[in-house]
Amino acid sequence: MNNNIKFVQGNEACVEGALYAGIDFFAGYPITPSTEIAELLSGRLPEKGGKFIQMEDEIASMCAIIGASLTGHKVMTATSGPGFSLKQEALGYACMAEIPCVIVDVQRGGPSTGNPTHVSQGDINQARWGTHGDHAIIALTASNHQDVFAMTVDAFNLAETYRTPVILLFDEVVGHMREKLVVPEKGDIPLVERLRTSVRKGVDYHPYLPREDGRLPMSDFGAEHRYNVTGLFHDMWGFPSNNPKVVRELLRHIVDKIENNVHSITRYKEHYLEDAQYIMISYGSSARSAVHLARSRRARGEKLGVLELQSIWPFPEDIIREKCAGKRAVIVVEMNMGQVMRHVKAAVDEPERVFLANRIDGKLITPTNIKTLLRVIQGRGV
Amino acid sequence: MAIKDYLRQRYFPHMWCPGCGHGIVLNALIRAVQGMGLDKNDIVMTSGIGCSARISGYVDFHTLHTLHGRALAFATGVKLSKPELTLLVPMGDGDALAIGGNHFIHAARRNIDITAIVMNNRIYGMTGGQFSPLSGIGKKATTAPYTTIDSNFDVVKMAVASGATFVARTTAYHVLEAVDLLQKAISHKGFSVVEILSQCPTHYGRKNKEGDASSMMEFQKSKTGKLGSKALEKDPTLIPRGIFVDDKDASEYCSAYDKIIETAMKGR
Repeated sequence: MNNNIKFVQGNEACVEGALYAGIDFFAGYPITPSTEIAELLSGRLPEKGGKFIQMEDEIASMCAIIGASLTGHKVMTATSGPGFSLKQEALGYACMAEIPCVIVDVQRGGPSTGNPTHVSQGDINQARWGTHGDHAIIALTASNHQDVFAMTVDAFNLAETYRTPVILLFDEVVGHMREKLVVPEKGDIPLVERLRTSVRKGVDYHPYLPREDGRLPMSDFGAEHRYNVTGLFHDMWGFPSNNPKVVRELLRHIVDKIENNVHSITRYKEHYLEDAQYIMISYGSSARSAVHLARSRRARGEKLGVLELQSIWPFPEDIIREKCAGKRAVIVVEMNMGQVMRHVKAAVDEPERVFLANRIDGKLITPTNIKTLLRVIQGRGV
Repeated sequence: MAIKDYLRQRYFPHMWCPGCGHGIVLNALIRAVQGMGLDKNDIVMTSGIGCSARISGYVDFHTLHTLHGRALAFATGVKLSKPELTLLVPMGDGDALAIGGNHFIHAARRNIDITAIVMNNRIYGMTGGQFSPLSGIGKKATTAPYTTIDSNFDVVKMAVASGATFVARTTAYHVLEAVDLLQKAISHKGFSVVEILSQCPTHYGRKNKEGDASSMMEFQKSKTGKLGSKALEKDPTLIPRGIFVDDKDASEYCSAYDKIIETAMKGR
């Protein structure tokens, strides 16, 4: 039997994806429901000469991966809601200092300690605005293990491409359920490696001067170019500056490099959309229920389809507007109180046709739960 | 290499107040590095936030100016991912033992090969003179107009108790001693802590009527005593200076991890 075929948890699929992408450093702190990622990498990383460290807290874990990224390594940390809150400080630092890194948030119920062993999708907005100040962020998600693997590889690729932290927003159901994963052969998925400067020794290197295409070639700590990295606004050498022009241009740069590339970053899947009259928008484990419902209603001739989001930030509003145009109703299926639904309403031409099918009690939303709302929308009673 | 070749002269003059002890610490640190003949490309300095942390901007090493209190956590990532680098981490009172206290004790516990330099001026200078966990009881500060009721940490005792394998204390006045201790700390393979008492005449000195920089340095001279000296024996109220711990046998974290890699590569 091909040993590329595995029967694994979502958290294991994430680990396989990270290893495929070339992770060499992981720092973390135990937290349900993401702990398996740390456990597995503590065994797998040293097998390939990589490093794993269990830090004293979530803050330190986030700081440690930034430090390790600067020596030229591919880095990741993993956590859940309460730990994700703690990582926000250094996440903002990584945005400001433009450090490639991947942060996995396997979502559980919140706020606070919340519902540790149960599912939620309540960190959508925290992923966007959890750290202070204007900034842009990339957040990807997945509903099944093959996609968890693919999105994890993508997260590393996007982090290197845009020199930015990338967040993987999984949820407890995806993290803990087991299903098949086929690990692709080496080379099947292209990998983006660190873009290093070609500036030679002795020539003035500008670590924060973007090239024409907006990318910033890096130089590893320990290599011939010595420069400063700071969370303060900084000039092209990385030295602190509060010059209004420097401040404005840097802020525009860190936002525009992502927001202007929303079309390259956006990832989604269509299920039965071609002639759909009703469209469900979902992501993560709730998308599984939406797709299940669409499939079963299609069998009975109902024109129901699903737009499954695989990237949430930057918000794919153009795709959503386009796919929702002319539909009788748009049903956003998620396990929170409408965090994506609000952005869908803002994106579409007819926001009054957008409805929320949600569950916020720690249980996976079922196809029946969604169907109940659909019947009301269709005026067919409960 | 001349001293000036270790500095980023483009960024001078520095931002420290007249009379501040931090410039003397910078001087001692550069002379220590120069004396050891270290290659600038092999040195990474990480720092946090505060007056002390700005030291990283002025030195021509790989420099990482980070978040308040987190310099050691960033340094741990740099060091473990590339153990051949030499890590220098200058910290202020808050960086080391308030917001950064947890990172400090855990870095010491791991015995990772990093040199932590605690520039103890007993005050938060950059924010304008609030008391710190190193101020001690009965001191005046902008957040203690009626004097402090908070006890201070003893940096040396804290470092020793946490497992640091090289622990020393000196002052900005004893600059040659500081150079010597810093060289020993940097050479030491393991977590090293050097506490350097530094003066802040602008805030601490002014509020507590300790006079100008020279009278504060006079205090550093007259109220401290070298370990093993007659002066310290005679007057136990003096603050001891010197090397408190120098354990060369303890297992260093990155070396221990290399053994993990060796085992893992052989298969569990």
